[in-house]
Amino acid sequence: MRLAFRIALRFLTSSKGQTALIAVGIAVGISVQIFIGSLIEGLQISLLDATIGSASHITVNPSEKNTPIDDSGDIETWLSTNYSEIKALSPTLSKGAFLKIDDVTEQIIFRGFDSEKANTIYKFDEAMIEGSFNLTGNEVVVGKDLALENDLKVGDDYDIITPEGSVSTVRIVGYFDLKVAAINKSWMIGTIDEARTIFGYEDHQITALEMQIETPFDADLLSKLMISDSVRNDISFDNWKAQNEQLLSGLNGQSTSSLMIQVFVVISVVLGIASVLAITVLQKSRQLGILKAMGINDRTSSLVFLFQGFILGILGGILGIIFGLGLLLSFSKFALNADGTPVVPIFINYSFIGLSGLIAVTASTLASIIPALKSKKLSPIEVIKNG
Amino acid sequence: MDNVIKLNNVNKIYGTTIKTQVLFDVDLAVQQGSFNGIIGASGSGKSTLLNIVGTLDKPTSGEVFIGGQRTDQMNKNELARLRNETIGFIFQFHYLLPEFTAFENVLMPYYIKNKKIDRKMEARAHELMDLVGLSKVKNNLAGNMSGGQQQRTAIARSLINNPKIILADEPTGNLDSETTEIIYELLRDINKDFGTTFVVITHDRRIAEKTDRIIEIKDGKIYTDFARF
Repeated sequence: MRLAFRIALRFLTSSKGQTALIAVGIAVGISVQIFIGSLIEGLQISLLDATIGSASHITVNPSEKNTPIDDSGDIETWLSTNYSEIKALSPTLSKGAFLKIDDVTEQIIFRGFDSEKANTIYKFDEAMIEGSFNLTGNEVVVGKDLALENDLKVGDDYDIITPEGSVSTVRIVGYFDLKVAAINKSWMIGTIDEARTIFGYEDHQITALEMQIETPFDADLLSKLMISDSVRNDISFDNWKAQNEQLLSGLNGQSTSSLMIQVFVVISVVLGIASVLAITVLQKSRQLGILKAMGINDRTSSLVFLFQGFILGILGGILGIIFGLGLLLSFSKFALNADGTPVVPIFINYSFIGLSGLIAVTASTLASIIPALKSKKLSPIEVIKNG
Repeated sequence: MDNVIKLNNVNKIYGTTIKTQVLFDVDLAVQQGSFNGIIGASGSGKSTLLNIVGTLDKPTSGEVFIGGQRTDQMNKNELARLRNETIGFIFQFHYLLPEFTAFENVLMPYYIKNKKIDRKMEARAHELMDLVGLSKVKNNLAGNMSGGQQQRTAIARSLINNPKIILADEPTGNLDSETTEIIYELLRDINKDFGTTFVVITHDRRIAEKTDRIIEIKDGKIYTDFARF
């Protein structure tokens, strides 16, 4: 083993230019693989974050539409004590209503939240563009577009009319921008107690219980579990995956095509290394003949080439990781949105990069199997006879 | 004295469709510690004979014994081991590893045998290199040495494992006459001092005459065989 390694190392260091060229060849392949993989992963993470980062993963709804959920506190306690996967839990009372602006009325969705709990899901405090998300009494905040289109003023009082016809007054204390036009156009947010007052609900009643969980992709499994665990039949559990099938199939397609590209890049790297190493067997056949005449066995002479592949894989892998990170870094520096944020936020997954390095080493070692077999077959007499 | 090399009825035929017979029923016995010269015209089969003795090539039929062991039926790895431990080669074209220094080339057969080098072995390699007069170029890469230096490196290398037999195929073939003389003196000294058996192919009759025994090969057969002892 040591002898084979030493010979392999010497062969590689004695033709530095060729070694560098092969290593750079592997590195380019691996860096492209790292770049594509990280780019797609970053893309998916930012897409997912935009889609479900500030949304409910699993929502408890009433089984019958437009009816309240009673004894909401019990459900909250049951969920938080039984499911450690839940990282945010927020009760809400949401209903459609009309906002009276002078002589016209605008259709809105009034969402009553417990400010602190809702913040963990929607991050309202980060989304505020005017005023603060610190609501008491009849204070409300509205979506940016709702405010702009209707010229709503911070500090002014407005009337809200429920479908049942009751009228309440709220005071607008801020605007928010949740980056979703439909929300920005229609949401008005107040405290859950204010919502109960406006819509005439009792203290234990809500319309939905929203939650976020540790691993959003397990939402379907977890909601199934909740359904089977639940003793109440007046509530249902909906998860984001069931409502976003198109997005999911899009993400899957993207993952598959990214994987395909990576696989083909790796295959071309393997073929490249295999052909170059096959040529080096010819280059070194004289040396192999001499070594065999001196009594090196077939196993060691094969190992020489496996080690060459292995060493080249390590070199190429390290270089490839450096190139790949460089590519990612420059992409995140130079491909920018108008506001200066990167088009695709850079996402470095160390285990993915480690895996790429491992692929480089495995692929180039595998690629050296054919040259190694060739080396094994080489007979010293061919070299001695032919000079 | 024992026969360290013994060939019985060795035939060698090259090719499968067009057959060319190179050796015809060759019988040969070489005594341990003797210095033998093989002469013959080119194409007479002398190199083939040497390669068969050296186990680099296999006879088409017949028996080959090296140090009492039959070699024509051994597998590749057994042969590699036998070559490493029993036989030293000196070729006309030196056949050093150009990627390694002269010193590393000399130690290579030992490294193949024992996987590691100790102090004692390094000292022996230095001694052998001094013996062949290479003290000054030990750390030169094999490719950066003159023909004579390369050949002397090859001689030192052939000795490192203390082989019973040294096979040399025109070891001075492309060296000038002065260097040729020095190399032969060296080989004879080694033969005397270490009791190593030599089988040397040469074109040079003057050199051949200094050996203990001259075997002339003609058309694949032993044509004459003179011994001086």
